[in-house]
Amino acid sequence: MLSIKDLHAGVEEKEILKGLNLEVKPGEVHAIMGPNGAGKSSLASVLSGRPNYEVTSGTVTLDGKDLLDMSPEDRAREGVFLAFQYPIEIPGVSNINFLKTALNEIRTYRGEPALTAKEFLALSKEKQKLVEFDAKLVNRSLNEGFSGGEKKRNEIFQLAMLDPKIAILDETDSGLDIDALRIVSRGVNKLRSERNAFIIITHYQRLLDYIVPDFVHVLSDGKIVKTGDKSLALELEEKGYDWIKAEAQQ
Amino acid sequence: MINQLETPLYESLVSKFEIALLQGNDDRSRTLRQEAFQTFKTLGFPSIKNEEWKYTNVLPFLKDNYIAENTPVTSGTGYFQQAAKLVSAHLEAVQNSLKGEHKGAYRLVTLNGLIVPELSVLPSSSEIRVLPLSEATDQPSFEQHFGHIARWEDNAFVALNTAMYSDGLFIEVGKNTIPDKPLHIVNVLLSDAPVFVQPRHLFVVNAGAQLEIIETTISDDTTIPVFVNGVTEIAVATGAHFHHYDIQTGRNGMRFVQRTEATQERHSNYSNYTFTLPGADLVRNNLVLHLNEADLESHLYGLYLSAGTQLIDNHTEVHHKMPRGESNQLYKGVLLDKSKAVFNGKIYVYEDAQKTNAFQQSNNILFSDKSTVNAKPQLEIFADDVKCSHGTTIGQINKDALFYLQSRGISEATAKNLMVNAFAFDVTQKVKIPALRTYLEQLIAVEMEKA
Repeated sequence: MLSIKDLHAGVEEKEILKGLNLEVKPGEVHAIMGPNGAGKSSLASVLSGRPNYEVTSGTVTLDGKDLLDMSPEDRAREGVFLAFQYPIEIPGVSNINFLKTALNEIRTYRGEPALTAKEFLALSKEKQKLVEFDAKLVNRSLNEGFSGGEKKRNEIFQLAMLDPKIAILDETDSGLDIDALRIVSRGVNKLRSERNAFIIITHYQRLLDYIVPDFVHVLSDGKIVKTGDKSLALELEEKGYDWIKAEAQQ
Repeated sequence: MINQLETPLYESLVSKFEIALLQGNDDRSRTLRQEAFQTFKTLGFPSIKNEEWKYTNVLPFLKDNYIAENTPVTSGTGYFQQAAKLVSAHLEAVQNSLKGEHKGAYRLVTLNGLIVPELSVLPSSSEIRVLPLSEATDQPSFEQHFGHIARWEDNAFVALNTAMYSDGLFIEVGKNTIPDKPLHIVNVLLSDAPVFVQPRHLFVVNAGAQLEIIETTISDDTTIPVFVNGVTEIAVATGAHFHHYDIQTGRNGMRFVQRTEATQERHSNYSNYTFTLPGADLVRNNLVLHLNEADLESHLYGLYLSAGTQLIDNHTEVHHKMPRGESNQLYKGVLLDKSKAVFNGKIYVYEDAQKTNAFQQSNNILFSDKSTVNAKPQLEIFADDVKCSHGTTIGQINKDALFYLQSRGISEATAKNLMVNAFAFDVTQKVKIPALRTYLEQLIAVEMEKA
């Protein structure tokens, strides 16, 4: 579904991704771990189309379509979703209005009819329940006054509402307490299906206890240097990243 | 002053003045006009050397060969029919927002300053008395207030209007009267040659009464220069409430210099909501409030969205003269393209005005790097037990927020519109009439679409 081939990208003339390769098929959950500065968040930014990141070579395709050629909104409409590491507060833009606008623009792009207010409300209630997101928070301004955990959970609620093909969770576990972590994980697990895929960027193995990945990749110095299954995450937890860096240099 | 004496406008004004003088049929008005014109001749139109016009160069806008109209041009049914069409299209646009609003509004249509009864739906005079100013000269409120509120001694535009005003509106609400609907004034401006018009209004809200006025302006789609030098005097009596909405749209070629000056008595509330949208070349609003007694409230809300090479200048002045007055100024601006905006908010707290609360805020977003805003708060405080504050921000659109919205599938244009509405929200939410708020949001959306 998602195919990244030899991706080189950077910001302000500093190359961060140095030939990254990754294949993600429908139904799969890929975890990406790695030391600080390896390029994990940069990968998320490049995939979602954040400005300031320049791709110097390589390709990224989603179901055969060239993603790098698309604006951020078109990538979202094609089915890419990024759960931000630091979700933005936008006071004055209501959660509901924002989601309804997003959902309907995506549906219009796909040739589907826009949802009526009633249909939207029903969908919203259903998904709120699914990901255990507090109804009170839905009625507020986008992320305004939300705690860190609430913001992350709002990302998952949006994920549930927008139903993307590929969801990239950028350090969703950072700043979450144990209970929030469990709730977020439960939500993500309920959303997993044969039609979608997840890329989970994280530092810590703990999240992967709850969201069990099919593949674990180590991103070091702009490249994926090692791939394994969930046991690789446990190995990293034990040994750290040095042995991988050493291995990569050989 | 030399270049001013040579402009076609100046010559036209001098020659038309004699005619204007004949309009007043009493000595007081004749004397007033003469003194005011003398003052205008002495002061001349302000240049940028005048502190109040430092960032707004009005002289180039005065160079067109305007004819200074004394009698508003309504002769010929052509104008009337055109006005009728424009009004009906305009009302449809506004009515769409009024759908579901059972209340609606009274409607007063003016064509180049003159009331057009056939297109209006006026309230009964027991609720709101509406007269052409020229027919109101023997009203007690007219004698009490006219010419006593708007200061012209040091202001060329006001002096000129006081000397040569054509006609305008006299609107009065009687004691303790609360009209059941707002009054929507639709000002239609049409001309087939450059014209300089000077409407003059007097709005009086008597003790315990209430009034809501919505002013809109419409025109055709030519680019013929029309310069409006307007003065509105307002008297808000004890315990009276006046909510004054002014929606300033326009077209190329239109220039507005508007002076709105109000006096307030005890326990009264004057709230002004000025929304300025793209269209006109120049909009200069001078809003001056005299809080003459104690225990009263004043709220000034402004939202300006400027585009193209437009210049929007808001000057406000609040004079706290007596104790326990509360004033609040909130002006927000969004500047697109190469447009310019100016905000100068003055607060004067006089010696006796103890326990004054006076707040001012000016927030601006520059959407392009070719737009400019000059914001200047000015506070002169002579009492020592007061709470006064001022704050100004000038920034750019939050790119992270924009990207966040785009990453959810929202197009850049829609995202910008959402953010502008979010920014404008604390001004637009102050609008007490929901239909009007919807209409404004629609106007903003249309402009952001063009951006």
